[in-house]
Amino acid sequence: MNTLFTNARLIDPEAGTDRLGALLVEDGRIKEIIPASAKLVGKISTQNTIDCAGKCLAPGIVDIGVKVSEPGERHKESFRSAGAAAAAGGVTTMVTRPDTTPAIDNPETLEFVNRRANEAAPVRVLPMSALTRGRQGRQMVEIGFMLDAGAAAFTDCDNVVADSKVLSRCLTYARSLGALVIGHPQDPDLSRGASVTSGKFASLRGLPSVSPMAECMGLDRDLALVELTDVRYHADQITTARSLPRLERAKASGLDVTAGVSIHHLTLNELDIGDFRTFFKVKPPLRSEDDRTAMVQAVASGLIDIISSMHTPQDEESKRLPFEEAASGAVALETLLPAALRLYHASALSLAQLFRAMSLNPSKRLGLDSGRIAPGAPADLVLFDPDAPFVLDRFKLRSKSKNTPFDGQRMQGKIIGTWVGGVSVFGDHA
Amino acid sequence: MTFRQKHLLGIAELQPDDIRTILDLADKYAEQNRAGGPHENVLAGLTQINMFFENSTRTQASFEIAGKRLGANVMNMAMQASSIKKGETLIDTALTLNAMHPDLLVVRHPQSGAVNLLAEKVNCSVLNAGDGAHEHPTQALLDALTIRRKKGRLHRLTVAICGDIAHSRVARSNIHLLGKLDNRIRLIGPSTLMPAGVADWGVEVFDNMAEGLRGADVVMMLRLQKERMDGAFIPSEREYYHRFGLDAQKLAHAKDDAIVMHPGPMNRGVEIDGTLADDIHRSVIQEQVEMGVAVRMAAMDLLARNRKAELQKV
Repeated sequence: MNTLFTNARLIDPEAGTDRLGALLVEDGRIKEIIPASAKLVGKISTQNTIDCAGKCLAPGIVDIGVKVSEPGERHKESFRSAGAAAAAGGVTTMVTRPDTTPAIDNPETLEFVNRRANEAAPVRVLPMSALTRGRQGRQMVEIGFMLDAGAAAFTDCDNVVADSKVLSRCLTYARSLGALVIGHPQDPDLSRGASVTSGKFASLRGLPSVSPMAECMGLDRDLALVELTDVRYHADQITTARSLPRLERAKASGLDVTAGVSIHHLTLNELDIGDFRTFFKVKPPLRSEDDRTAMVQAVASGLIDIISSMHTPQDEESKRLPFEEAASGAVALETLLPAALRLYHASALSLAQLFRAMSLNPSKRLGLDSGRIAPGAPADLVLFDPDAPFVLDRFKLRSKSKNTPFDGQRMQGKIIGTWVGGVSVFGDHA
Repeated sequence: MTFRQKHLLGIAELQPDDIRTILDLADKYAEQNRAGGPHENVLAGLTQINMFFENSTRTQASFEIAGKRLGANVMNMAMQASSIKKGETLIDTALTLNAMHPDLLVVRHPQSGAVNLLAEKVNCSVLNAGDGAHEHPTQALLDALTIRRKKGRLHRLTVAICGDIAHSRVARSNIHLLGKLDNRIRLIGPSTLMPAGVADWGVEVFDNMAEGLRGADVVMMLRLQKERMDGAFIPSEREYYHRFGLDAQKLAHAKDDAIVMHPGPMNRGVEIDGTLADDIHRSVIQEQVEMGVAVRMAAMDLLARNRKAELQKV
């Protein structure tokens, strides 16, 4: 079985190129890239040809940090609904979070996740494990067993391991097994009770706030322990300009450190919260416009490696509350690419830069061979029209939960089709 | 007459003309209240519900009296004792009440933005009686009326607001109101009780009473909550009183005719000296309470007029 994608605008994040050509897929992998200048006729016999009509063909998105609310809160999101949303959003690999109820902290629950993912989700699912049992920050999980069961990385998500001694032991043990640990840089004491970033906006609204310095403090602590233990470390979300020099120093000194940022911190700022709109409540809270632009530049320079959706489904009941009481998080699997394209349309990032941060880098960080437009790579692909405009209606999202901050907003960029291992999972080509 | 609002949620949304309209009408009601005798029943046949999710004696009483003087049917709901305890959400409570067709809903809630949320879900007019550390519009209006009556104007005055600015909705509403009417605002307090980003508010910030009060026309003291005196925000009550408590000596830095205000309830000997608070030549604290009723009568009257006009349209 082979498929030929012709007349495509190929986005190659590895080479940093964006040019016309054709792409041949054979047995679920990319077989050949054919430049636009080459004659196609008679060269290749295919069973299946897809004319991309000059639209963009890019490596599918590898999204680190997706919350699928199974087990525990299947009414908010299931593997079926999250998988459908991912496929519709061009996400070909979901790296799922362990902050479920109960937490994914033993091989048995991880086995459950693997089974559910296999039977219900059309895209690849790589589950992450908690770092400590119950994400309580006291005892480490069976890191070895979890790796054997397929854990992609270890993280307690937004439950920061406050005890530095516990964390240093977890990191030391993880290091001995070569495991990747994902931290949430945040000082848990300084940020206690906060729901927005401190500053003029928060103060006028009278909302409890936290300085972005809490993130710097958490990052400093984590980086010191990384230096001590030499573990492979990824910071899930860097959201403030003041974290950047710290990150730069750590990378320059040779630590195995990478960093991510959520799409919301790249495309929204604190003022979007407006009159207490809880769909804009995320964790860490939205920052100032200066911080937002600094994050965009850091993605452009490569200092921040990875863009994630930080997909966090919340039902209406968790959001229709006074701002302080409302749950944090936003769904984003389906809106990740259209929102990211705002940065492309604003000339802040090229498409190759975007897919470097959304596909290539996360894939490399997890030791996968996807995320590339290159012979031999899995044919995980997304075909999209970067210019097609639409107005987002949250009730049309495939996620069970509809808590998107982009409801009613004008977006530009529609996903035409998604392929996982050469098999169509979204679009008219199925 | 330029008051077109459906709700009174905060001062931030009001235009200077809205503010003047409320104050002018409140002035009239203040005179009527002093004169005694019956009022026009402009709220006759209307139902006013006071929903207080947070303890309050004076504000609730003030709204109740204001409503009753104008002939409204007033109902008080102590929300702490009711359905909230049974796990009902704020929105469900609002929808339940809405189904009973009240005309005016007076709401106090411990969380910022809760009253805005509630106002989106009901058809009647909502008056914010204080939400978290966000806004307390009728307090700012009654303060403004008091100042205007004492000083003869409400512009180009130097107003010092002293104390726990960070947690104070009274301070925020007053800053909005006084700023909109071109007054010079000074905030005085320990830096632990100053909100982050205060420098961008268009105010002057001091941590020294003598400097901050120099030349002030109005000195507005804020209440310091008991739970904030335990070493978390300030070292002790007595150190706070020494540095930031208002007494005659500190007041001497302000103008000779400066007035002293306090939204109440006062902590005598913490933020204000008891003798000074009772000094009828300087303290206007009792007048503030009096103006509170007048301002709330005016606000409810105006909202009710808009509501009646809207109902007639339909």
